Order: sequence, then C-alpha cells, then structure tokens
Amino acid sequence: MAIKCGIFKTSYRSDMAIWQTKNSRFWIALFFVSLAIFPFFASKYFLYMANIIAVGVIAAVGLNILTGFAGQISLGHGAFIGVGAYFAGYLTSQFNINFIPAFIAGGLVTAIVGMLFGLPSLRLKGFYLAIATMAAQFILAFMFIHLRSITGGSQGMIVSPPEIAGFSFDSDFSYYFLSTGTAIVMTLAAKNLIRGKFGRAFMAIRDNYIAAKTMGVNIFLYKIIAFGISSFYAGIAGALWAHYIQIITPEHFTISVSIEYLAIIIIGGLGNILGTIFGTIFIVALPELLRFVNGIVSAHYPMFVNLFDAIREGSFGLAIIGFLIFEPDGLAARWKTIKNYWKLWPFSY
Amino acid sequence: MNYFIQLVVSGIVLGSIYALVALGFVLIYKATRVINFAQGELLMAGAYIAFALMVQLHLPFWSALLVTILLSALLGLIIEMLILKPLIGEPIISIVMITIGLSIVLKAVVEMIWGTETRVYPAIFSAHPIVLGTISVSKSYLFSLGAAITLFVIFHFFFKFSSTGTAMRAVADDQQAAQSMGINIKKVFAISWMVAALVAGIGGVLIGNINGINVSLGMFGLKVFPAVILGGLDSIPGAIIGGITIGVLESLSGGYLDPLVGGGVKTVAPFVILLVILLIKPYGLFGTEKIEKV
Repeated sequence: MAIKCGIFKTSYRSDMAIWQTKNSRFWIALFFVSLAIFPFFASKYFLYMANIIAVGVIAAVGLNILTGFAGQISLGHGAFIGVGAYFAGYLTSQFNINFIPAFIAGGLVTAIVGMLFGLPSLRLKGFYLAIATMAAQFILAFMFIHLRSITGGSQGMIVSPPEIAGFSFDSDFSYYFLSTGTAIVMTLAAKNLIRGKFGRAFMAIRDNYIAAKTMGVNIFLYKIIAFGISSFYAGIAGALWAHYIQIITPEHFTISVSIEYLAIIIIGGLGNILGTIFGTIFIVALPELLRFVNGIVSAHYPMFVNLFDAIREGSFGLAIIGFLIFEPDGLAARWKTIKNYWKLWPFSY
Repeated sequence: MNYFIQLVVSGIVLGSIYALVALGFVLIYKATRVINFAQGELLMAGAYIAFALMVQLHLPFWSALLVTILLSALLGLIIEMLILKPLIGEPIISIVMITIGLSIVLKAVVEMIWGTETRVYPAIFSAHPIVLGTISVSKSYLFSLGAAITLFVIFHFFFKFSSTGTAMRAVADDQQAAQSMGINIKKVFAISWMVAALVAGIGGVLIGNINGINVSLGMFGLKVFPAVILGGLDSIPGAIIGGITIGVLESLSGGYLDPLVGGGVKTVAPFVILLVILLIKPYGLFGTEKIEKV
C-alpha cells in the first residue's frame, strides 16, 4: 500500500475546493451527522451550551472576516450584536412581525450601522481604527441604556420565542436545530465568500493596502463591505441570541463582549474559519470547565467560591496572553500540526 | 456661573489625572510603538499597592508613596520583560490584544487579593475645603493638581537634559539610527515601561486620595484614549493638554447634560469628541502627521 505523503492538486478548481479530499469529505459528513443526532442524546445543559456556541460561531466568523481577513480591528463587535438583538426583538415584540423577516432585517440594519461606523476606516488604520470602533461601542452602549422607548433601558426588552410556519422554537432542543442550522449556513457562506473575489480583495488589503490599490482593488469600497458583512453576521447572531434568551438587557453588549470575540478569533486563529469554531468552543467551555474544577476545589477550600469570578477573568486574560506568546496562529495551527502528524504516522519526521 | 467654575475646577483636577495616565501611555507609544490598553490597570495596581502599604502595613503617607513608586516601576519592568519582549515585531492586533489580556489579568489579581468593594485611604488632608473667592476646593484636589504639575515639570527637564531622557527621545525618533549611535534600545524599552508604570502608580495614589479605590479604576485607561487622540499620540504636551481638556469637557457635560437625559453622558461624551477628532484631524493637535499616499 502506498503511503500518502501529500495532496496533489492538478487544477485551480481543486485547489479552491472547500472539501479537499475524499477523506475530508467523509469526516465532514460524519461531523454533520453527529451534529444532527447530538441533541437526541444530550442533556439540557449541553444543548444550552451548543446553542450558545452556535450563536457565538456566527458572530465570531463575522468578526474574523473583518479582522482576520480584511485586517481591520474592531472593538465594537459586541455593540453590533446588540443592534441586531434589539432591532429584531423590537420588530417581533412590538409589531408582531414574523421571525424570519425580523431576523433578516436585524442583520441588515446592523450591517448599515456597521458600515456607518466603518466610515472612519477611509482615513484611519490600525490603532486609530481600533479606537474609532471603541468609540462606536461606547456610543451604542449608551443608546441601548438611554433610548428607553425602544430598548426598555436597563430593565430590558422581553421577546417571545421564534415561530416559523406555526412551529414554536421554545425549547433548548428545538432551538438547537435553528441555531446550528443557521450557524452551518453562515459558516459555509463565509468560507465561500473568502475564496472568491471578495476574500481575495480583503486579504490583499490586509497584507499590503498600497499594493492592493495598485492592483485595482477599491480599498474604501471593500473596507466598507467588510464592515457591512461582519456587522450582518453580528446582527444575525444578536437576533438569534435575543430570541433564545428572550430577555435583552444592555449589559450583554459591553466592551468586554467585543474583547471576548477578539479573543475568540485570536485563540482560534486569525483568518481561519475552522479556527473560529475552535476558538468559540474554547472560550465558551473555559469558564464551564473552571466552574467544574472550582466546585471540586471549593469542597475542601471554601474560600475559592468567592474567588471564582476573579479566577475566571484571570484565566481568560492568561489564555489570551499565552496564545499570543506561544501559539500566535491559534488553535487552527495546532490542529494542522496534529493532523499532519497523524497523516504520516508512524513516519512523521 | 459659580456652578460652572466649580465644574471646571473639578474637571481640571480629574483631567490632570487623565493627563498623568496619558503621559505614561504616550511614553510607551513614543519609545516602543506599543499601544498600552493596560495603562488604567497600572494606575489601579499603584492605587492598591499604596492602599496595602498605608492601611495594611501602617506606613505613613510619604514613605508609602515612595515605596509605591518603586514597586510600580518594578511592575512595569516585569511586564515589559515577560509579556512585551516576545511580541516585538508582531502585528498591531497582537499587541493590542496582549495588553488587553494583561489588563484583564491585573484586574483579576487585584480582585483576588483585595476583593471588589470600594476601599478608602486614611484621610491625609483635612476635610475643610480651601475657599478661593466664591468657590471652594478641597485640599486633596489641590494636592493632586500640584503633584501632577510637579511631575510634568520633572519630566520636561528629564527629557530635555538627562542622558536617559535624550536616549528615549532618540529611540522614539528613529530606532535604527538610535541603535547605530550606541543607544541600548532594550534598556530604553524597559525604562519606558518602568516610567509609564511609575507615573500611572502616582496617578493611582492621587485618585485614591480623592475618591477611594475599587477595581473599576481601570476604566481610567479607556478614558485616556480620547485624551491622547486629541493631543496627538506621540506628543507629551499633547497628552497633558488633551487630558485636561477631556477632564473639563467630561465634567461640564456631566454637570449640564446628565440631568437632562438621566445620567451616562459623562462617560460617552469623550468618545463622541474622539470620533469627531478622528474624522477631522486624526493625528490630533500636536501629533506627528504620517502621510501615506498611493
């Protein structure tokens, strides 16, 4: 039997394929099947986690398109998620609009807001842009609290679970199919977008914007498009999340949420869609894992109960620092190393 | 009118502390091109170190201040060596994120040691305010303002005349040229972080005298961005003027607009100003303009 030592591509088409080999097609099919049967075995707690991860993946993929592929740092992603959540929630709760149009409208309005706050990117780069988006974050967060007639202020807005064609997604189990389905569609769409004209333009701007402009890429247009697409993802995630949690309050859209999403794409791998999924799972699972360990430790040392918040925060910060110093390309790079090792095992030298 | 002057005075005092934090920020940015999102947490760390020395170890104020300065500088040195050195030459997002990570860790450590409740310093100055004409100013305000001004004067002379200061300016100007003139860049990087942490630590002690301290002190670090953008990222006079301007604007908008919309304007006003500055004059009042054209 011949040992495979690489993937040989003979056409541009096969180089750009999403599922590269028969082998990977098999594993991905298996992954989809396991996603489909997972909820029939999982407990309520794991269903909840899966829903949170699915929503997180949508928002994080959006941020990775903007930051990882187009190279524009955004510290306002949390607020953009909020815009989608409030707008879709407002439509369904005040005007009794069906979930699907409200959900898409939430995404589109967020895209417009995102493009508006992306306008400074015409003139600003790097750090200056990060600060401009941070200003967007604070201004939007202020509006969430103070536009009481729309958002309900700090008391929040109550929305009912989504209903599509008479079927109400009101349990963790039924919502799983909605959230995971949307996440799969959005992730595939992103993957497809990135290997096309838009993706190439984004990466050209990220890598060398002067060269990109010389090659005829309209920098400003594509930067704004990147902001629009990224905010659309944020809006869709926000709308999904709002109708899952069913109460929208401003403290879910603070700057720490924006930082959390940046951490997800750093830990997962900048400019890597698969890594984004790993990063989301990591960030969602980390506090849960800590809670579990803390539960064991505090049985013997009760003082740890009070320290839990600080421990959780601290390990979140340590994770960011650790990844940046020891694995700057994130979990995606680690995944690739492991995969390559096993591909050639036992002769992996 | 009286209300107006009162607001301006408290704005200037608050602004002088913003200016101290901004000064540290600009120092780091000028010498190392690192954007430090943890500057506010350095202030918080300084405030808690002083608290521990004064309340838990019962040191008198002045010796506590001196030890705080030393420990803050040491903290800056450790941060530079452990966290920033491995990231030299990395893209800007990595540097932004690592200082954000650092700020989260610093906050968590303080929370683990001292908890989340607000702590108060022992009173150093008498509570009687000094009355100047029709307005009254508390003594701790005057002390903060005085300390801030003294520090600015010291730094002005330090950069102008001392050899370390000159070396730091040279590195800020052109790293390669400075290195070829025999300046030890690594040492300058370390000193920049030490000085920045030290200045932030003093800021922490000053704010502790005025308000008492808790873990949300790190918010000062975010307030500093409007100040440095207004003044220009790499300008020390800009940091001072920007800090004081933002302090006054914040105090005025808080005093006049907050009652109208029910609070919160104070925190958002500096960021609205920030967006406007970024759109019309991105390099601030005194910053070096970097012109790039295709």
